[in-house]
Amino acid sequence: MSRQRAPQLIEHVGEASIRIGRDCVNMLSFVGELSAGIMEAVKHPRKIRWKETLYYMDMCGSDALPIVMLICFLMGLILGFQAAVQMHKFGTDIFVADLVGLSIIKELGPLMVAMIATGRAGSAFAAEIGTMKVSEEIDAMETMGFVPCRFLIIPKVIAMLLAIPILTIFGDIAGIFGGFVVGSLKLEIPAIAYYNRTVVALTSANFLFGLIKSFVFAFLIAGVGCMRGFEARTDAQGVGRAATSAVVSAIFLVVVADALLTILFSMVGQ
Amino acid sequence: MNNLDKPVIEVKDLSIGYGSRVVMQNLNFSVKNGEIFIILGGSGCGKSTLLKHLIGLYPPFKGDILIHGESIVHAENGRKREIMRSFGVTYQGGALFGSLTVGENISLLLEEYTEMSKDEINKTVTEKLRLVNLDGFQDYMPAELSGGMKKRAGLARAMALNPRLLFFDEPSAGLDPISSAELDRLILNLRKEFGTTMVIVTHELDSIFSIADRVIMLDKEKKGITAEGDPRDLLNNSNNKWVKDFLSRLSLKRD
Ligand SMILES: Nc1ncnc2c1ncn2[C@@H]1O[C@H](COP(=O)(O)OP(=O)(O)OP(=O)(O)O)[C@@H](O)[C@H]1O
Ligand SMILES: [Mg+2]
Repeated sequence: MSRQRAPQLIEHVGEASIRIGRDCVNMLSFVGELSAGIMEAVKHPRKIRWKETLYYMDMCGSDALPIVMLICFLMGLILGFQAAVQMHKFGTDIFVADLVGLSIIKELGPLMVAMIATGRAGSAFAAEIGTMKVSEEIDAMETMGFVPCRFLIIPKVIAMLLAIPILTIFGDIAGIFGGFVVGSLKLEIPAIAYYNRTVVALTSANFLFGLIKSFVFAFLIAGVGCMRGFEARTDAQGVGRAATSAVVSAIFLVVVADALLTILFSMVGQ
Repeated sequence: MNNLDKPVIEVKDLSIGYGSRVVMQNLNFSVKNGEIFIILGGSGCGKSTLLKHLIGLYPPFKGDILIHGESIVHAENGRKREIMRSFGVTYQGGALFGSLTVGENISLLLEEYTEMSKDEINKTVTEKLRLVNLDGFQDYMPAELSGGMKKRAGLARAMALNPRLLFFDEPSAGLDPISSAELDRLILNLRKEFGTTMVIVTHELDSIFSIADRVIMLDKEKKGITAEGDPRDLLNNSNNKWVKDFLSRLSLKRD
């Protein structure tokens, strides 16, 4: 039994490594192709499919606004409550404004919006492209001489790059408002005091870094969603698996990117 | 004249398949200008696979495919896209773009590749839809069409740029006998009017005798061509029992 298991283990580890390695190579070549596509789009903006781009902006942006506002508001509220208990012990109630404001703007705003976008848009992109593959639409597109990247990926990536940062700004505002509610109702900080403290705490650099993060997240989510769609196997389960895998990979990539960016920002002194 | 005698498609020593699995090997055949060329064979023997390789979607394991004398296998990407654009393809399920209306599916090609004005484009779209008996369906979404209608809309799209070479994957499967006969008539008409060369994969034995100039029959076991020629000749003179059975089932049905 155990003699058999040992080689099996090695085999499994080997196979998994090969698979992960191949996945990384695929991802790199996809990023290359995507970058070339984006360069091409920037050079010839008239060739961008604006109709599709607007459609996806609507889908990833305006349709997601209510849920983003709600979740970010609740995040601000929760943070506020947790902080209020601790801060109150030291008589530093007013610093709840700093904690909530900075956490939301630098970290939780972009991250929460990215998670929502992953669940909504990332999986939808993968499923859409996967289904098109099953129904031979991608084949048709290629034989019609169209570059699938231009029709299917670029509009989605542009839409996400435009919509996600805007969503993040709305999320930031909702989150800060959540903290404000705790501050005024539980800690009874005067509204103007909370406001002033927040304005002092939040620098435009912090705000900018949050936005840069959300740009990067948007790119990752859209890119990996499309990539998983193209990799989908052409059977009924393939599409579902592509969507699941898009969500898992996107969450993973977003968190890794978040860690790297946070380290980077802290090195430049924020 | 020389140009006309040259084969439109030449397949040389072609081996195709998926991953490491060989589906067909050492295929050699050519399709002449203006010919209606039919690919026959049992279900799952590799007809669609062969067609997809012919139109350049997958790279073959071995061998070469020349379209108008130019290799589609070895062409670099940009050139390959140009070659692909020069012919029309209809797919087994229609493969219409689901996010566009039927009309937009057809006009997309005209907008991208021609200098036509809006009016001219609309006129062409109407005309192509009339050819396949779908007048008035411009503004329908593909999801609102039946399977057979999708297929016909796909055919209209394939004909949008008036290609001289058309590929069909099972054009008449799922059509009622009347539409199917109409489709055959349309195919013959296209050839008569424009001299279009057509490569057709079909199961529909009825169509074969009425439209085919030449057929090849693929065999799953042999992974190659078992018979090639005029279907009537094959029926009368072939000494392969399987080929005779395959073709005579139709004749029995007809008599
Ligand atoms: N994408 C794919 N990946 C791997 N194998 C495939 C793929 N598509 C088809 N095959 C296999 O290749 C063989 C030929 O399939 P193909 O679709 O070409 O058959 P076909 O002759 O068109 O059949 P039908 O008449 O039913 O459409 C089949 O055995 C099938 O299992
Ligand atoms: Mg088939």
